[in-house]
Amino acid sequence: MDSQLPRLLGVATGETLYMTSVAAVLVLLAGLPLGVLLVVTDRGGLWERPALNRVLGTLVNVGRSVPFIILMVAIVPLTRLLVGTTIGTTAAIVPLVVAAIPFMGRVVEQSLREVDAGLVEAAIAMGSTHRRIVFQVLIPEALPSLVRGTALVIISLLGYSAMAGAVGGGGLGDLAVKYGYMRFRTDVMLGCLVVLLVLVQLVQWLGDALASRFDHTGARSSR
Amino acid sequence: MIAFRGVSKVYTASGREVAALRNVSLRVEAGEIHGVLGQSGAGKSTLIRCANLLERPTEGSVSVDGQDLLALNPEALRKARQGIGMIFQHFNLFGSKTVAANVAYPLEVAGAPREAIRERVEELLSLVGLSDKAQAYPSQLSGGQKQRVGIARALAPRPRVLLSDEATSALDPETTRSVLGLLRDINQKLGVTLLLITHQMDVVKAICDSVSVLERGRLVEQGKVTELLAHPSTRLHQLCFPAFAPPTDAPSGRRVALTLAGEHARRPLLGTLARQFDVDALLVEGAMERVGNTRVGRLLVDLQGSADAVSQALAYLREQGLTLEEAAHG
Ligand SMILES: Nc1ncnc2c1ncn2[C@@H]1O[C@H](COP(=O)(O)OP(=O)(O)OP(=O)(O)O)[C@@H](O)[C@H]1O
Ligand SMILES: [Mg+2]
Repeated sequence: MDSQLPRLLGVATGETLYMTSVAAVLVLLAGLPLGVLLVVTDRGGLWERPALNRVLGTLVNVGRSVPFIILMVAIVPLTRLLVGTTIGTTAAIVPLVVAAIPFMGRVVEQSLREVDAGLVEAAIAMGSTHRRIVFQVLIPEALPSLVRGTALVIISLLGYSAMAGAVGGGGLGDLAVKYGYMRFRTDVMLGCLVVLLVLVQLVQWLGDALASRFDHTGARSSR
Repeated sequence: MIAFRGVSKVYTASGREVAALRNVSLRVEAGEIHGVLGQSGAGKSTLIRCANLLERPTEGSVSVDGQDLLALNPEALRKARQGIGMIFQHFNLFGSKTVAANVAYPLEVAGAPREAIRERVEELLSLVGLSDKAQAYPSQLSGGQKQRVGIARALAPRPRVLLSDEATSALDPETTRSVLGLLRDINQKLGVTLLLITHQMDVVKAICDSVSVLERGRLVEQGKVTELLAHPSTRLHQLCFPAFAPPTDAPSGRRVALTLAGEHARRPLLGTLARQFDVDALLVEGAMERVGNTRVGRLLVDLQGSADAVSQALAYLREQGLTLEEAAHG
């Protein structure tokens, strides 16, 4: 044990939080519309566009099937174009976002599909616009599930960010590899693990708490 | 108020064609409560969903309040739908919204100002007797209460037509009665025309003025409930009064089946037979049913007395315009 450990961990945690949170915001901003599009453009959807739906579905599947480590390398040119460099925490955000958007899209799609079709039908019968159905019916009804799904995506981002870090991005993954693995610093390795564990737990707990606050369908509803 | 003309609907499911509606023509007059009765799979839901184009007919036309729905562009159809309320078997309330917000939803759709919405929601919740549940969520309500919210929501934009897809099928008999009572009130006080579908004869008897019977996508009968029930030959009558089981005992006189409706149901006919013709009537089987505010019944009786007297009694009954059938011997 030496006095360096807290400082090392502090810096690495900050970097991980930076990568993950910026990526999470971008992923949310892109994944939500993507998920909505996957649902509404599908056959029988509110805005049926089978060709567009197929294209989006295929893109998502491709994105989902490329292993993160390969994706990271494959999009190096894109990263350079966007950030100007390919190493460092900011550069690591690009592959994180690219990898997680398709995942988020599917998570959102799945949540929205769980909404009872009868509710959409009731809204149509009342003369709702499709916009209103998406924003006032589909999303509010799916909110608890969307929140849980988002927590899941953020937790994956934490995992990806450790991997991204390991190849020069900084953060807890980087620290664990450089000190814990290559310099046999078991204390640093353990420290990284504990911090990651705490972060994952925190996100999970926050997600669950928010989700049940928004959930008015069960016995646990407020009032 | 609602008119179906030659409506057919064919579904194509996994390559196979299912004709859910075949050439259905149907008129519902303004202010009426019209029931569509049919068994499971008869096409009832398909029919009512054609009345606001949740389902588009394959053929034929549908008009509501004088508007040919199929001729409307999407925007005009949305407007038209705001004037056609609908309630559902499983209520279809928005679980993420409070009762008040559920009722407010169609008003927001119609672009009503905030203050007007608040007032209208209050008014409707008091109409359906749920003022104290305004801030509750649907999951905290009983089935009957949920359907009342559904009714309040459907009525919010003051529709002239209300469609009900098996609105009471998920409710117990007691709650069914109270919800039907509410629908009856709404029809009478607000003049809303009701088209409701059901597989329950009781619903038709309780509140319908007129009825259509749907069988395998075809309309086999249509008319006033009381008139159809008065005739043993109609499907409605047969559904309401199942055929008497073959007798296990020998008749104790001349066995006849009487159908009592309208005037006849209000007179002490059997007493008249005894006093005027010296004929006793033994009640074998039968039932009197309340239909709206009249009664209809079907009785199996053994008429006992001298052969002459019984013949005269039967002649009298026929003269009175009663429908009677002599039971086949056995
Ligand atoms: N979306 C659909 N795709 C294919 N077939 C359908 C569809 N909807 C209904 N059908 C078929 O059309 C027929 C009529 O269905 P419908 O739901 O109108 O019957 P129903 O009288 O309402 O029955 P229930 O009392 O069980 O609700 C059935 O044979 C059904 O299988
Ligand atoms: Mg049905």
